[in-house]
Amino acid sequence: MDYVNMTVERSNVQLSKADFESDQMVKWCPGCGAHAILAAVERVFPKIGYRKENFCMVSGIGCSSRFPYYVNTYGFHGIHGRAAAISTGVKIANPRLSVWMATGDGDSLAIGGNHFIHIIRRNVDINILLFNNQIYGLTKGQYSPTTPMGKITKTSPQGTIEHPFTVGELVMGAQGTFFARVPDNNINLMTEAMFEAARHDGTSIIEIMQNCIIFADKAHNDITGKEVKDETMLVVKNGEPMIFGKNRDKGIILRDTHLEVAEIGKNGVTLDDILVHDQYNQDPGIQLMLAKLAPPHFPMVFGVIRSAMYPTYDDLVEEQIKYAKETSEIRNVDDLLNSGDTWEI
Amino acid sequence: MAKKKRPVIERDDVVVKFVGDSGDGMQLTGNMFSDVAALIGNDLATFPDFPAEIRAPQNTIAGVSGFQVHMGNSKIFTTGDLVDVLVAMNPASLRANLKWAKKGATILTDTDAFDEKAIEKAGYKQDPLQDNTLIDYNLVKAPITTLTKESLKDLGVDNKIAERSKNMFALGILYFIFNRDLKPSFHYYEQKFKKKPELIQINKIVLQSGYNYAETVEAIESVIQIAPAKMEKGRYRNITGNVATAWGLLAAAEKSGRPLFLGSYPITPATEILMELAKYKSLGAKVFQAEDEIAGVCSAIGASFTGSLACTTTSGPGLSLKSEAIGLAVITELPLVIVDVQRGGPSTGLPTKSEQSDLYQALFGRNGECPVIVVAASTAENCFYYAYEAAKLSLEHMTPVILLTDGYLGFGSTLFRIPKMADMPSIKPPLAEANDPDFKPYKRDPETLVRKWAIPGTEGLRHRVGGLEKEDIIGTVSNDPLNHQKMVDYRAAKVEKVADFIPEQPIDGAPEGQLLVVSWGGTYGAVHSAVKRLQDEGKSISHAHFHHIMPLPKNTEKVLKGFRKIIVCELNSGQFVNYLRMKFPMPNFYQFNKVQGLPFMINELTDKFNQLLEEK
Repeated sequence: MDYVNMTVERSNVQLSKADFESDQMVKWCPGCGAHAILAAVERVFPKIGYRKENFCMVSGIGCSSRFPYYVNTYGFHGIHGRAAAISTGVKIANPRLSVWMATGDGDSLAIGGNHFIHIIRRNVDINILLFNNQIYGLTKGQYSPTTPMGKITKTSPQGTIEHPFTVGELVMGAQGTFFARVPDNNINLMTEAMFEAARHDGTSIIEIMQNCIIFADKAHNDITGKEVKDETMLVVKNGEPMIFGKNRDKGIILRDTHLEVAEIGKNGVTLDDILVHDQYNQDPGIQLMLAKLAPPHFPMVFGVIRSAMYPTYDDLVEEQIKYAKETSEIRNVDDLLNSGDTWEI
Repeated sequence: MAKKKRPVIERDDVVVKFVGDSGDGMQLTGNMFSDVAALIGNDLATFPDFPAEIRAPQNTIAGVSGFQVHMGNSKIFTTGDLVDVLVAMNPASLRANLKWAKKGATILTDTDAFDEKAIEKAGYKQDPLQDNTLIDYNLVKAPITTLTKESLKDLGVDNKIAERSKNMFALGILYFIFNRDLKPSFHYYEQKFKKKPELIQINKIVLQSGYNYAETVEAIESVIQIAPAKMEKGRYRNITGNVATAWGLLAAAEKSGRPLFLGSYPITPATEILMELAKYKSLGAKVFQAEDEIAGVCSAIGASFTGSLACTTTSGPGLSLKSEAIGLAVITELPLVIVDVQRGGPSTGLPTKSEQSDLYQALFGRNGECPVIVVAASTAENCFYYAYEAAKLSLEHMTPVILLTDGYLGFGSTLFRIPKMADMPSIKPPLAEANDPDFKPYKRDPETLVRKWAIPGTEGLRHRVGGLEKEDIIGTVSNDPLNHQKMVDYRAAKVEKVADFIPEQPIDGAPEGQLLVVSWGGTYGAVHSAVKRLQDEGKSISHAHFHHIMPLPKNTEKVLKGFRKIIVCELNSGQFVNYLRMKFPMPNFYQFNKVQGLPFMINELTDKFNQLLEEK
């Protein structure tokens, strides 16, 4: 079978941010991290270069999911948890669309958990922006599947007694082919990850550590805060050693079967000992370990952690159809109606 | 024993049922028998009757699998109440089905299967072939397993394979009883076993041996002849309701020029539609087996937004899971065909049995003011036409349509006169044109109240839809109280206006009289036959069988008002009758209901009708 890669038609004029700005009032709280995500999307869509009519934005329910109303593309605001299923239908029906999904930790990891793992398993070519603010915002402050254990919220007055999901671990457990983690306070990192997600054929998950200023303010501050981030964030780039620290003197090394933080120049560790990031490696072993790293003993890893090439579901659908059209004797419904055992009366 | 010429008895119609252990090949045997009847021009209806379990323990009642065929020399409307010929391959199948045999019916049994253990497992105290159990019947006792093995002795076939072809021996006996030609079955073997030529020979020999055996036994005193039915000229095939539904959707996709998308999850008795459509990728059908019922309908809604004829198929419990999403399709005003092949409920209920108890769910089972079009097919054959119509109404009126069929229609088969696509009515979805300066997402056609369908990718039509209430015309999010009222009213009126585009309700019989029998969906055959019987006796009785439930045909009230009494017959506790009472408050509604997972029997209907006709 030939490989049928449905490509999205490109725009023959240079588009700008203005082409994607909506005339609707953006009703997120002032200071909400979602504003920055919107700005990143408006910046990256023209850069991606597709015709503006070929973008389709799908969402579920929650603060994040108002996104389609705020960006001028074809848009579908779905129902709670079902964005992955709706976007799967959009993409299969028309693989020539660039399909983006805006969702949150409640929408995709709780009520929509089933659709989330299955879209990833199938590798449908959709770019998923997962706003992880570790809280239910739109319903005013209940704990979510990513809320840290012990956290006091409106539905956990004594602290939660649930183990949170680590998004990257879940994605790779579901055989995800693309996973990036970005903070909402770094628009460059966000747009880079979105651009790479657009280039990646398959389900791309971008976990955005987003701040909910009202119900979980500064939830990510211990990691992404200005004062601490040099020591708590490791931004990986493909082909480059995994170095972090204010003085760029710390790195990740592999010892036996686990990762360790090492200081370059101490205990005989040199730059050559530091792991070099390979986002394209099909084996997710190291990538999974990276996705799980977190303070206090490790930095949290940001950037594109995994971007492995596998056939996409939507391409395989087109391939099967193409093959069937070439080989089947049933070419129209009249053929079908008269196929098999029939007789004249 | 010598062969002797048997007298030929002409019959108008005969009901035959093949029953045995699941795994005895009763479905295949029944299908082959029906195909030969169809080939010589009998009209027919068939129904498989199998357990919910794949292979229940051998020789138990739970493991009995059956296939019933009703064939005749005129139009056949039902699969038949009682059986004229029962082929029972083991004691359990005899015990489970004897109640369906007419007094005097011919019962063919495999005596080899009636050993002590099997008799006991079936729940018989003693061998029913030896005591008086079958005294009222014409019993043909044949050692079918032994004879099958014997017929293959010369080929050196091992016993297991020989035993497995005993159903063909039984079929051979039936072919003799019904004076059938063996050639079509020989031809069938040659096609089916192309790659295993030894099986062609085995089956031919066994079938012929069965036929020859029947020719020699005394117990078969006559042969039955059924003349060909007078049917409209044309090309015919056999079709089940589920296959017809799948093909109707494919036909609508082709006619409308909208690609077919099916998002579904396997569920009895609807799975066959999903499997059938998965075969036709050559027609461009995109069939997505989703991770659950909700993903099935939601993927279809995504595909509908994207411009496909989008469908999802399910049965009662699955429809419950899809409720919220159907509301989404209602508020986004997108076409969506939901097929509900009804089964016994509530909950998991009776998965392989038929019922009409999802009507309320189809009409009302969603949050908010959430009207959808509801249509119901009434025969296996017209599942094709109603699937087509459901798609047409959905695409042209930009709203979800629920098509109700049921397990009885879905699994059952009838003859299908093959239509030509050129003769099918046109389907014209209201597509918005690229760069239309007047395009607004919720601007409506003043006559139909239908909004335009603007397909993603089209230049100049970018817009957003979603589950939040939208501002009239412009389609932005709106919480305005009066706007909400207006949009609720529009969506309801849009569905009501569909009544202008569907046929008036026909009446079978006089438009006025003593008793109007009302039915809908899969009960058509039985109710029609019962009414016809009383009409032939000169009674003042008419029949209105509804295919359009929401909206009802415009003349419905007029139809109902022509009669002193109205009886609504349905396989639920009275859902359609209550819907009619709500719409047309009149005191003269009566109801006849049955919720046993079984179809109506003609006699129980005529008894009830007679009682109502006699009461003042």
